[in-house]
Amino acid sequence: MHDVPVHHHAPPTSFLRKHVFSLDHKVIGKQYYGLALIAVFVGMILSWLMRIHLGWTNLAIPGLQLLSKSGAPGGIITPEYYLQLMTMHATIMVFFVLTTAPFAAFGNYFLPIQVGAEDMPFPHFNMMSFWVTFIGFVVLMSSFFVGDGPTLGGWTQYAPLSAVGAVSGPGQGTGVVLWATAIAIFCIGQLLGSLNFITTTLDMRTRGMSMWRLPFSAWAWFITSIMGLTAFAVLMPACILLILDHVAGTSFFVPGNLVINGQIQPHSGGSTLLWQHLFWFFGHPEVYIAIVPGMGIVSHVLTPNLRRPLLSHRVMVYSMGALAVLSYMVYGHHMFVSGMNPVSSLVFSFPTLVITIPSTIVVLIWMGSLYGAKLRINSPSLFALGFISMFITGGISGFFLAQPSIDIMLHATYFVVGHFHLVMGVAAMFGIFAGTYFWFPKMFGRMMNETLGKIHFWLSFVGAYCIFMPFHYLGIAGNVRRYPAFTDDYLQPLIPLHRFITVAAVLTGIAQFIFLYNLVHSRFWGKPAPENPWEATSLEWSTPSSPPPFDNFGGKLPTVYHDPHQYGVEGASADYVMQTSPEQIKSGHDEA
Amino acid sequence: MAKLFAVTILLIAIGSAIPILRHTWDAPPDISTHGTLIDEQMSDTMVEAGISFLVSQILLAFFIWKFSSSRPSDKIKTFPGGAKTIVWAAFLLVGTEVLALGVFGVKAWANVYLTPPSANALPIQVQAEQFAFYFRYPGPDGTFGPVHPEMINGATENFFGIDQTNDADSKDDIVTAEMAIPVNREIHLLMHAKDVGHSFFVPELRVQQDFVPGLDLSVHFTATRIGRYEIVCTQLCGLGHYNMKAYLSVLSAQNYDDWLKKQAALQ
Amino acid sequence: MATTVHEPPRAGREDDSPPRPSGNGGGRNLIPASGDLRAVKRYSPPPAFTGIWVVLASITMTFLAFTSALVVRQGSGSDWRHLTLPRVLYLNTLVLFASSIALEIGRRQVRAFFKGVKDRAANPARWLSIALFLGLLFVAGQVAAWLQLRSRGLYLATGPNSSFFYVLTAAHAVHVLGGLGGLARVIRKLKQSTLRKSTLDATAHYWHFMDGLWVYLLWLLWMKL
Repeated sequence: MHDVPVHHHAPPTSFLRKHVFSLDHKVIGKQYYGLALIAVFVGMILSWLMRIHLGWTNLAIPGLQLLSKSGAPGGIITPEYYLQLMTMHATIMVFFVLTTAPFAAFGNYFLPIQVGAEDMPFPHFNMMSFWVTFIGFVVLMSSFFVGDGPTLGGWTQYAPLSAVGAVSGPGQGTGVVLWATAIAIFCIGQLLGSLNFITTTLDMRTRGMSMWRLPFSAWAWFITSIMGLTAFAVLMPACILLILDHVAGTSFFVPGNLVINGQIQPHSGGSTLLWQHLFWFFGHPEVYIAIVPGMGIVSHVLTPNLRRPLLSHRVMVYSMGALAVLSYMVYGHHMFVSGMNPVSSLVFSFPTLVITIPSTIVVLIWMGSLYGAKLRINSPSLFALGFISMFITGGISGFFLAQPSIDIMLHATYFVVGHFHLVMGVAAMFGIFAGTYFWFPKMFGRMMNETLGKIHFWLSFVGAYCIFMPFHYLGIAGNVRRYPAFTDDYLQPLIPLHRFITVAAVLTGIAQFIFLYNLVHSRFWGKPAPENPWEATSLEWSTPSSPPPFDNFGGKLPTVYHDPHQYGVEGASADYVMQTSPEQIKSGHDEA
Repeated sequence: MAKLFAVTILLIAIGSAIPILRHTWDAPPDISTHGTLIDEQMSDTMVEAGISFLVSQILLAFFIWKFSSSRPSDKIKTFPGGAKTIVWAAFLLVGTEVLALGVFGVKAWANVYLTPPSANALPIQVQAEQFAFYFRYPGPDGTFGPVHPEMINGATENFFGIDQTNDADSKDDIVTAEMAIPVNREIHLLMHAKDVGHSFFVPELRVQQDFVPGLDLSVHFTATRIGRYEIVCTQLCGLGHYNMKAYLSVLSAQNYDDWLKKQAALQ
Repeated sequence: MATTVHEPPRAGREDDSPPRPSGNGGGRNLIPASGDLRAVKRYSPPPAFTGIWVVLASITMTFLAFTSALVVRQGSGSDWRHLTLPRVLYLNTLVLFASSIALEIGRRQVRAFFKGVKDRAANPARWLSIALFLGLLFVAGQVAAWLQLRSRGLYLATGPNSSFFYVLTAAHAVHVLGGLGGLARVIRKLKQSTLRKSTLDATAHYWHFMDGLWVYLLWLLWMKL
């Protein structure tokens, strides 16, 4: 063994340094996970309120008037409060759950371990990254309690609705400023995080850990951090310009001669499409920031449960890379009917259609790897397979939306809502669940309850389809999204379907409390985890203990001898070979 | 457990396809001349997407069913052809499939957006505001008077801010809250946003176009069936977004002229 | 089916080479102010070296976003009124360049220490302090430029041109202030003999990048405003 002793700062002893302002990437990873957990339940409860309102518009939700007297008088949600809840649901979910959980939380915890490092290279930045993100969350949540509540402009915050101030509606005053401030702060946090992720991957790899020996999850985080670096660096200036339009009276996004609420607005010459371009240049890569870590986690979780490596390591990595690159070229498909030049709609539609090719390759590699495997069914593998099913369904509805001509019918309908909820909501969430069940034993030294995990899976899988598949039908029938009530004649026949979705959403939401219970209960009273419960090969299973010690590898950095995911190796002493095992093996699986 | 999972996926896949096959929820019938191409594109895509969806879900279910019961002594088999076949298959099958869709779709799109309106198309101006649509007909002179934003006044029903005393072109302009168009005549709809972003969506007409403040856009279309349809807003515009709508009446040429005369008398 | 035997780990040419340092940069490439050297050879790029390029890439993205906003905004409205740039900007440019030169002189002296050349006359800390002072002078000069614009009645919201002038120069100034913070930290560490070569190099890269960025912005402002 070439293990070399390393010197590291002594572990902190004070409570603050250990658990609050910790520099340890593992603690920061858990903090991110905790933040995402709070955020996801807040977001889910908001979605309940929305769904209940959509199914039974005049139903009073007892106690809701305590949260907002004007927004829910007597517990009945007003149309503007519905839009405010919707905006907050989307913002919380996209930024503080789908970005933080699979990327920032798991990435922070496991990327340094998977490359064989003791920590990230800039632990202070890492700590700042979390606390800045946390402040962003607090600022966002504070908008529930100020003035006339949070913004109602939707998570896309199209100008000029978002840029002219309180005159355009409730929550459009302080609410928008808080929203844009929170997102700008969030961007800073994620930029600091991406900086650490990229340098960790490039510079902190241990001896023998070449780039191609990084497991899928590490690759996914690396690719995601590059996307994050460019995407958030664009969203931040956009938010700054939005805030200036709002509070300083500049006219970046607001054209002249607007008459709102009977008043001519003191702006001139701004471009409303500019906001859309800047926003979607961030917005589309953001979709992949949410889903690529999920792909990495699913590949990482599947391989030990298939007892074989994926068909090709490189093709998988190249496909994820291709998704990342293409994601910058397709953002215009959000703007087909926005008044953008109709020729550019066609130009944007082709890369959008082409992006199905790497997505298909990813799915087919998983399916091809399933062929002839020795599949083990457990909570992580169930969620990973569920991810594949959801990703296929959500991805295929993208065929429709990639085409500008069909978008004339489907733009801004529930079809779009169904599409992105399946592909970046549910699928990404299944990735998070797979990662949680898989890595929990490493993070806390205890196993999660399998029975509860499986119950959670069944309810979530069937529930998610019951909620989001009908969204597509609603969209085909022309049901416009972002409506707090359905007053149009042609929407009346669709209300029973909305009620069905509401019931499914409430039940599926309740099932998530099983997960929460499982998480909390297993944390303290779970079965102690064996050293390597899934018989997996990557470096996180080579640490001396679960959870790993402060410096991850107990004073010695590991040496890596093999590709990750060496399962079912012929002629080896076991059916899998750890990356750290010096055993010479003949490999039949995609060595380079 | 795995077999149950496989069956569940199968049931979900088939269950999802049934409403589509039975057309339980369908787009309202098309009443436009350009909509046929869009509908064809839609159904072509539905066939391709449906087949892809069913095949891949069924395959996934089948693999889960088959390979979860392997014994520890079983040897790992590799998918025939390995990753190379898969990459080729993806490029060839999906690549040609989506490219075909894309190329055919160009025609449907170009039909709406890349062909100019004909010279004798009937110009109608629509203005979107929180939370209503207003329509302006140019009157006998065929031209619209200029808009004076400072003169917009909801109380005096001067929704467009037109100056009928000083602008000659405005004198005969007819402003309505409901849109009526003659059947089988091309309409050139000039779109103007008064305050924030809105959208003009008539599902039956296969038309959806955003209003962009500061940028006056236009669409053109021909309706082929007499009837009364709803115009709805699809771009989030504030608290009354859901209630922002107007009616579109497609009338026979005779009825349209009568309607216009009646409206002119009301001005 | 390829049959390959796994390569032994690739850990560098020599077997006894230390593994890549990790964890807080490793503390292996400290540069003492006295010139007494403990140079570390066979050192993989320290994270600060990679990190600084990552930071610069993200700053580039941010300013590209601002640039495209400017170009789109110029085309969208008819209210684009040209403004004459305050003359002090050109002086500021020279000050910023001078600051970079001072930093570079200081860095060369530190590098000479690192190579084992002892030069009693060299005082890198003084040169770095000069660089710091000139940087502050630059920011003061930018403030002077803003005041000049104000005195001409051009405020942030006056027109798109003045908006972009303030936004772009302020965004740049914030980044310069960040660089000054880094420079102050470098000077403190140099005095405490805990300065790492990689930290100094990264700070220098960042500082020179600020020059380049400023020249680009000045060109953009001059061309477009």
